[in-house]
Amino acid sequence: MLNVQTNELQQGATKLGGALNPHKVAAKDVSVYYGEKRALFDVTVNIPDRGVMAFIGPSGCGKSTFLRCINRMNDTIPICRVTGKITIEDEDIYDPSLDVVQLRARVGMVFQKPNPFPKSIYENVAYGPRIHGLAGSKAELDHIVETSLQRAALWKEVKDRLNDPGTGLSGGQQQRLCIARAVAVSPEVILMDEPCSALDPIATAKVEELIDELKQNFCIIIVTHSMQQAARVSQRTAFFHLGVLVEEGATNDIFTNPNDQRTQDYITGRFG
Amino acid sequence: MTVDTAPMATEALDSPRSKQAMKARIARRYAAERRFRAYGVAAILFGLTFLVALFSTIMVRGYSAFLQSAFTLDVHLDPSAFGSTTPPSETDIRMADYTKLANRALFQALGVDPANKADARAASQLLSQNADVQIRKTVEADPTVIGKSVQLSLLAHGNVDTLMKGHFDRSVPENRRQLSDKQLGWLDKAAEAGLLGKHFNTGLFTYGASSKPESAGVGVALVGSLYMMAIVLLIAVPLGVAAAVYLEEFAPKNLLTDTIEVNINNLAAVPSIVFGLLGLAIFINFMGIPRSAALVGGLVLALMTLPTIIIATRAAVAAVPPSIREAALGVGASKMQSITHHVLPLAVPGILTGTIIGLAKALGETAPLLMIGMVAFVVDFPTTPLDSATALPVQIYMWATAAERGFVERTAGATLILLAFLVCMNVTAVILRRRYERRW
Repeated sequence: MLNVQTNELQQGATKLGGALNPHKVAAKDVSVYYGEKRALFDVTVNIPDRGVMAFIGPSGCGKSTFLRCINRMNDTIPICRVTGKITIEDEDIYDPSLDVVQLRARVGMVFQKPNPFPKSIYENVAYGPRIHGLAGSKAELDHIVETSLQRAALWKEVKDRLNDPGTGLSGGQQQRLCIARAVAVSPEVILMDEPCSALDPIATAKVEELIDELKQNFCIIIVTHSMQQAARVSQRTAFFHLGVLVEEGATNDIFTNPNDQRTQDYITGRFG
Repeated sequence: MTVDTAPMATEALDSPRSKQAMKARIARRYAAERRFRAYGVAAILFGLTFLVALFSTIMVRGYSAFLQSAFTLDVHLDPSAFGSTTPPSETDIRMADYTKLANRALFQALGVDPANKADARAASQLLSQNADVQIRKTVEADPTVIGKSVQLSLLAHGNVDTLMKGHFDRSVPENRRQLSDKQLGWLDKAAEAGLLGKHFNTGLFTYGASSKPESAGVGVALVGSLYMMAIVLLIAVPLGVAAAVYLEEFAPKNLLTDTIEVNINNLAAVPSIVFGLLGLAIFINFMGIPRSAALVGGLVLALMTLPTIIIATRAAVAAVPPSIREAALGVGASKMQSITHHVLPLAVPGILTGTIIGLAKALGETAPLLMIGMVAFVVDFPTTPLDSATALPVQIYMWATAAERGFVERTAGATLILLAFLVCMNVTAVILRRRYERRW
């Protein structure tokens, strides 16, 4: 009881004082099983607030699997089992009493392929705030939609056609719309699963620029196949290989002076 | 590039990589493709031929059912026929001898002497036995016409109708045909004078079953079918969609759900008469719902349609891309919200198509209705789903067994009506699907 209170006080203090929690998301001994097959082996990692954490590694190394543990998207796969502990702001997200819907409002997600709802641009962004009751009035909702689109650097391009279908935008615009949709519910953490893999270089550059902006306000975790992208946008990088978190550290260190031979081999292009 | 010297040609044939051999292979490939296309076109033409043959046969046989011969007669509603009281009582109006009134009008129009018994009987045979009902309904609708003369279009007898439609063979010896020379003479005169003519057959849509072809119609059967369709919609669609969504989205994948899935697929293939037996055993014998009621028919057809709707809905729901579900879950929608806000609206075109196809199948179904006693001779319109009713295809089935010429054309005519309904339903399905697809 006492513990809980101190925890809450600490949390309150960090929010009020602006002193950042060094461990926004903390994972300890996280393992994931798909049926009999083990996909992730005892991953332990701490992810700081207000920054970009990149997960890199070859295909099938478990980086996306781990990412999807953080908003419990893996729950939707019936044969998937997660052990270990993941906390956000010291709150265990696999606690049975925790409401997973509430969690996903706190941990937004942007997917590999842009997946706007087949509705208007406005409805795409307004959907999250609406189901969570974040806006009391139409004007408030309009405001949320506008700020979210501005934060996603899309407002200027779409402000005159908010009622056009979101699926009619270009790929890069669609992905930024998805980011606006994620931002609209004011999450604490935004997960991005290879957000640029379906985009051309110009759209990629725009999204990367946007990620750089967003890190002022959010804890961003990005999975990427592109090491250049990890180097460009992230402050910290974690290298996964065969379901094991091989190495984690400041992005500069990982790319210039990795500790592990496997990391060295991967970033120099010897495999993967 | 042609090689015309023999040695080279043999050499070319020997080596599989030679230009000659390659050309031959390409030619064979093209020929195979052309043959395959030809088979396809032939198959389609074959199918189309039968379709055209089927439709044209039905049309040729059935179009005349939409016309009906009738006498246009001035019927004098003699007050003496309505008892002694003025104004006549309801019983008097109901009991009055309308046949006599109709015959009197006919005799006058044809110039037949009522005193000549043989002539009078022969002439009265030309009017439909339903003519009295027509006059009674006129009087019942407006009793003030009593004492006046009204011009009425009275149904001619089925034999007259056959004659008018040109299906009557006058060369048959008189004693072996339905109309005597005398009767033919009267009819020819009446037709010339404009007293006898063919009109659009509204009765086909408003009458119920009748032993006389001229007064038989699909009206009652249509109402029965309508009731049943409404019951199928009300029962099968909500149940089917709910079951499909649960199975597709919520149900755990285990032996039980696998068994259920297999059985649903099997149910869709169960002969419809089995559903009729089931309905007979459960709804009529066990639950005690009156037999040949539209409610029983509707319930049986709903059971029969359920698998179709479940399968179509499951397919439509499964076809919604998983990325949409993930997107909804990703912004914190609950499973239920992701389904009702995103998956179901996207699946609606598929669900609609499945539903309408199921309904069309149910509308044309006959066999299960035979089992639950809907092969009934129903004259009156059912006012509630618990009244005796019959259905359009059952009506067709019953008419098909009748010998009179009038019933033969009505069989085809009713088939045309049924086909028209099916076409309308399918067109509706296509239109609805298009509209929804444009919206999303």
